[in-house]
Amino acid sequence: MNRAYPSVDEAIADVFDNATIALGGFFTAGSPIRLTEALANQGAKNLTIIVQSVGIGNWEVNMLLENRQVRKVICNYPFFRSASRVSLFEQQLRAGEVECEVYPLGTFIEKLRAGGAGIAGFYTPTGVGTLVAEGKECRAFNGKEYLLELAISPDFAFVHAYKGDPYGNLVYRETSRNYNPEMAMSANITIAEVENLVGPGEINPDQVHTPGIFVQRVVKVDRPDIDVTIEVSPEEMNT
Amino acid sequence: MVTPALPGSVIGISRELMALRVAAEIEDGSYVNLGIGIPTLVSNWIEGRDIVLQSEIGMLNTGPLAEADQIDQDLINASCQPVTELPGCCYFSIGESFAMIRGGHMDIAVLGAMQVSEKGDLASWNVPASGRGKTGNIGGSMDLAVGARKVIVITEHVTRTGEPKIVRECIYPLTARKCVNLIVTNLAVIEVVSEGLLLKEIVAGLTTEDIQAVTEPRLIISPDLKELAL
Repeated sequence: MNRAYPSVDEAIADVFDNATIALGGFFTAGSPIRLTEALANQGAKNLTIIVQSVGIGNWEVNMLLENRQVRKVICNYPFFRSASRVSLFEQQLRAGEVECEVYPLGTFIEKLRAGGAGIAGFYTPTGVGTLVAEGKECRAFNGKEYLLELAISPDFAFVHAYKGDPYGNLVYRETSRNYNPEMAMSANITIAEVENLVGPGEINPDQVHTPGIFVQRVVKVDRPDIDVTIEVSPEEMNT
Repeated sequence: MVTPALPGSVIGISRELMALRVAAEIEDGSYVNLGIGIPTLVSNWIEGRDIVLQSEIGMLNTGPLAEADQIDQDLINASCQPVTELPGCCYFSIGESFAMIRGGHMDIAVLGAMQVSEKGDLASWNVPASGRGKTGNIGGSMDLAVGARKVIVITEHVTRTGEPKIVRECIYPLTARKCVNLIVTNLAVIEVVSEGLLLKEIVAGLTTEDIQAVTEPRLIISPDLKELAL
């Protein structure tokens, strides 16, 4: 089996208009920047993007927003903290050009995990009694209230890993693991960009984080060199 | 060190000292998640103690912020800051991270607040006046508020315009109902008990009347009322 692709462009070539795509990563750690760049070049439109944040923690989404490729975003942290800083996404949202669905982070990731694990939905205590519960079934178990959240199974997931092999086995590095394992599980087609593409047997089987069965395509990319100190100022985080 | 507060132009102790007071509340052997914003200051006061900090992005035993030569783009906290490892550190996915949080494994969450009600309801993610409607930065706040065994809120006692943040009912959209256990402000330490809000400590130079004047619900004065000691 060889799931390795020669280039990011070939790996994402069949992404279609109206597709739903999960993008892993957070800020500088584990974001599939090269695949997202390739998608911006490829030009598929009317996309639903599932991502932690939009244009603050995950600024690569801006490439898609600038191209007007995005119809809807499903996330858990859509805006800059300070209401006086308005991101490109917030401008487009206020202008009615994109839609936004927000979930609590734990619910967001569990929807993806459930989607990958064949679970239609789950009852969570998170969000009970809040705006998040509006229109959702609430039910008590053992005297405690829960609400029903449904799974998501995207058409594609783009993930970033430190190491991968031709079987699709992946190893992440430090906190760049974050959203990537659940997103890899969730999608119909998962495409992994990897900093190191190694041969079969070169990853210690005991240390595989995402088993290759969840990963349909692997493509080698250069390690993105990102300035960790940019983009989010202390003022932004401490207001 | 401490400036007495006056209702309307409240000063009290600094954010750093509020964080120090919260640190004193955390027992050794605890697993703790610090929310973004003021709560991250608590990490400055627990170095060397037997406390494990969880970073919700997927890390236990998160160390201090990275110095320039230690910065690694793969090693950041939930506030997008480069951090370091402590011995005994481990990494995991966000799914596992929120199993820890929602599953009741986290001893303490320290969270910021826009409003806290006398029943311990928390509002921390959405200001209606922002024009952002029903969307907002929920992040991990709702899961932490619901899942942590103990929720400590660290907040200024009043808003920048002098309005009480400790209120009878939250006007802002809720993060979770009846989740807050302890409130540490620049003026006082208040415990949420079944009868209401128990005023336990106040900053030196202030009276219980001073605190009541900037707090909407009626406070229960603890028989063991103390000066807030740092």
